[in-house]
Amino acid sequence: MIQYIIRRFLYAIPLLIGVNILTFVLFFVVNSPDDMARMQLGQKRVTEQAINNWKQQHGYNLPLLWNEQADNQEKITQTIFYQKSVGLFLFRFGVSDSGRNIGADIQERMWPSLALALPTLIVGLVVDISFALLLVLYRNRALERIGIVSCVVLLSISSLFYIIGGQFLFAKVLKWVPISGYDDGLSALKFLILPILIGVFSGSGSGVRWYRTLFLEEVEKDYVRTARAKGLTETEALFKHVLPNALIPILTGVVVILPLLFMGSLIMESFFSIPGLGSYTLDAINSQDFAIVRSMVFLGSVLYVLGLLLTDISYTLVDPRVRLS
Amino acid sequence: MVILWTDALIFLLLSSLLALVIYMRNKEHMQRPIQKIAQSKVGIAALVILLFYIFIGLIDSIHFKPNNTKNTEIISVLDYWASSLREHGEKTYSAPFSTHLYSKEIIVSQDGVVHWDYPRLENGGRHIYLPEHQLLLDIVKKLAIGLLQGLVISSFLIVGFLIIRFIATHKQTPLLFLSPSLKVALIVMGVVISAAYCLVYLSNYYHVFGTDKVGEDVFYQAIKSIRTGLVLGTLTTLIMLPLAIVFGILAGFFGGWVDDIIQYIYTTLNAIPGVLLIAASILMVQVYMSGHEQEFTSIIVRADTRLLFLCLILGVTNWTGLCRLLRAETLKLREMEYVQAARALGVKKGMILFRHILPNVMHIVLISVVLDFSSLVLAEAVLSYINIGVDSTTYSWGNMINGARLEMAREPIVWWSLSAAFLFMFTLVLAANLFADTVQDAFDPRRGIE
Repeated sequence: MIQYIIRRFLYAIPLLIGVNILTFVLFFVVNSPDDMARMQLGQKRVTEQAINNWKQQHGYNLPLLWNEQADNQEKITQTIFYQKSVGLFLFRFGVSDSGRNIGADIQERMWPSLALALPTLIVGLVVDISFALLLVLYRNRALERIGIVSCVVLLSISSLFYIIGGQFLFAKVLKWVPISGYDDGLSALKFLILPILIGVFSGSGSGVRWYRTLFLEEVEKDYVRTARAKGLTETEALFKHVLPNALIPILTGVVVILPLLFMGSLIMESFFSIPGLGSYTLDAINSQDFAIVRSMVFLGSVLYVLGLLLTDISYTLVDPRVRLS
Repeated sequence: MVILWTDALIFLLLSSLLALVIYMRNKEHMQRPIQKIAQSKVGIAALVILLFYIFIGLIDSIHFKPNNTKNTEIISVLDYWASSLREHGEKTYSAPFSTHLYSKEIIVSQDGVVHWDYPRLENGGRHIYLPEHQLLLDIVKKLAIGLLQGLVISSFLIVGFLIIRFIATHKQTPLLFLSPSLKVALIVMGVVISAAYCLVYLSNYYHVFGTDKVGEDVFYQAIKSIRTGLVLGTLTTLIMLPLAIVFGILAGFFGGWVDDIIQYIYTTLNAIPGVLLIAASILMVQVYMSGHEQEFTSIIVRADTRLLFLCLILGVTNWTGLCRLLRAETLKLREMEYVQAARALGVKKGMILFRHILPNVMHIVLISVVLDFSSLVLAEAVLSYINIGVDSTTYSWGNMINGARLEMAREPIVWWSLSAAFLFMFTLVLAANLFADTVQDAFDPRRGIE
């Protein structure tokens, strides 16, 4: 087991290097630091001096890959690639283009993101699975048809509609919750409840449909028929036999996104002004802060790789058929 | 005649689609799924609506430079037809079917009295003398006339269609005994054409969906957005298909180091959060464009380039899912007896791939193309909200929503831009989803025996 985990960890290294090279190419080779500086300082009438100052300030004044002028080892270390990417591997994110410490920002903003994403995931899971079970239980009846049709309608509506509509109805007209904002501790609850509910609702269309197909696939199998023949009612067969077996794909599907919950939800956080990582990224995109975007790309890919690892491990834990090879 | 990049690609896509349909029409193994689609009433109804959207998108994709006017703006055939809608703007917001502006102004009446009131619109409801009394009656009257004319036109079209069908097939079926799905198709077609005609007729006299902040007709914006949605939904697929098919099949078929490399590529791409990759690439495109201003002289060319880039980036971020599916399916097919037999007979590897593997994974490709379409249309709105979507001068539902979002705080609220955008988007996505379900049902071999 431990050997397996170590091997998976080693496999993650070339992946992260690949991500890093890709972002490096995107950010520095396609457009030179000069272009970036010009963009940050405003397009028109930028003096050469101002550009050089900006580059000096943010550490972009080095060669890209190879520093001819430096001595031995520094030929490699004194370059943008080394300076800007090796730090990422050690989770030293450095300073944003506007001069803030990215690492500290991330640590601070991680928690609001999690406070929003985790309840959304859990409540969503419970709601989706219950409705999916209900639809499977009443299959081939009118209730199922109504359920399927409403699923298609729900998933055809833009998520922006749910957010704008929900905010308008519950916060502006009914005034049940504040429109947006965030607070520390338990008082955050009143700010979080609406985004969580909207998140659950807007995801329910596709969620219910997906879990329903999972359950339907299980229901057709022989062991369920045996259970029925044994004299179990449909409900008993569903809860005792189908649900535990269908939980395997559900569980592994959830595990893979668990680490990514830290990244937060871009849209939700920005609509409800929750100071999480999602809105942080969004602000960075809008103010064109390359340092933050690059850090978030790296963080996101680390979490994704972690998710893959966790999925593999969870497979081996819950599914006895899977042997580590 | 001006051909933008996306126009060219759309027509390329259309012609290859037609070629595919003609190729598939006479294939024996395609008969069952096609018939199954044709028998599904919901599927056919959705298809008719989709075709209507596609028609609008296509006439909006033929661009030219009008030579009679002074300005050198590139316009499309749709713009030309809707020039009254396009040019008849107001000063600022006005509600649907309103005759007065949204905000008060100082008005000097004919006898020189100055007062502070809502001014009459320049174009909306111009023909009515006393709006307080006549407005409702006039709307109902115009609505009835529009619907009636629309019905007449659509019934002419339907009769024409039946006559052509009769001439072509010599099948004389009384109207009541047409196959149920054809009946549904004709009814939906009639409804859609009548409704569309009615809306167009009404928009000659009113702003059917109101006007936006700068006084532009919202109905016009919503229609223009159709092309953007369709382009994103289809061109992205065009870009991702070759990548996904070639890589997926090669990885599954050859295994070994080929498989390792391809898996490495798509895991790396997947590892980067999609939104961030798109954002980073769009930032780069912006930097590039501001650095090469002389290449993008016209606004529409610049917007078009950005739209194309967005499709390209979305394609690059989206191909991995399909690639993984195809790889798994090819792994399974590789061990099938007919492939083994072909190999034993000494058929070359390229030939096996082309003749035996590719046709047998096509149903997965087809299903995923239709499934992806609706999610891409929805994604456009979200991306435009984050400002990494289409250019801000491009008409798109995302831009409409983004622009109208803040106006919900006004009193009285400005709801029409949002509603129009959501309505048009919802219709397209719902139709696409329903059609995708039908296609999936028809082509999924596991659901074949029923």
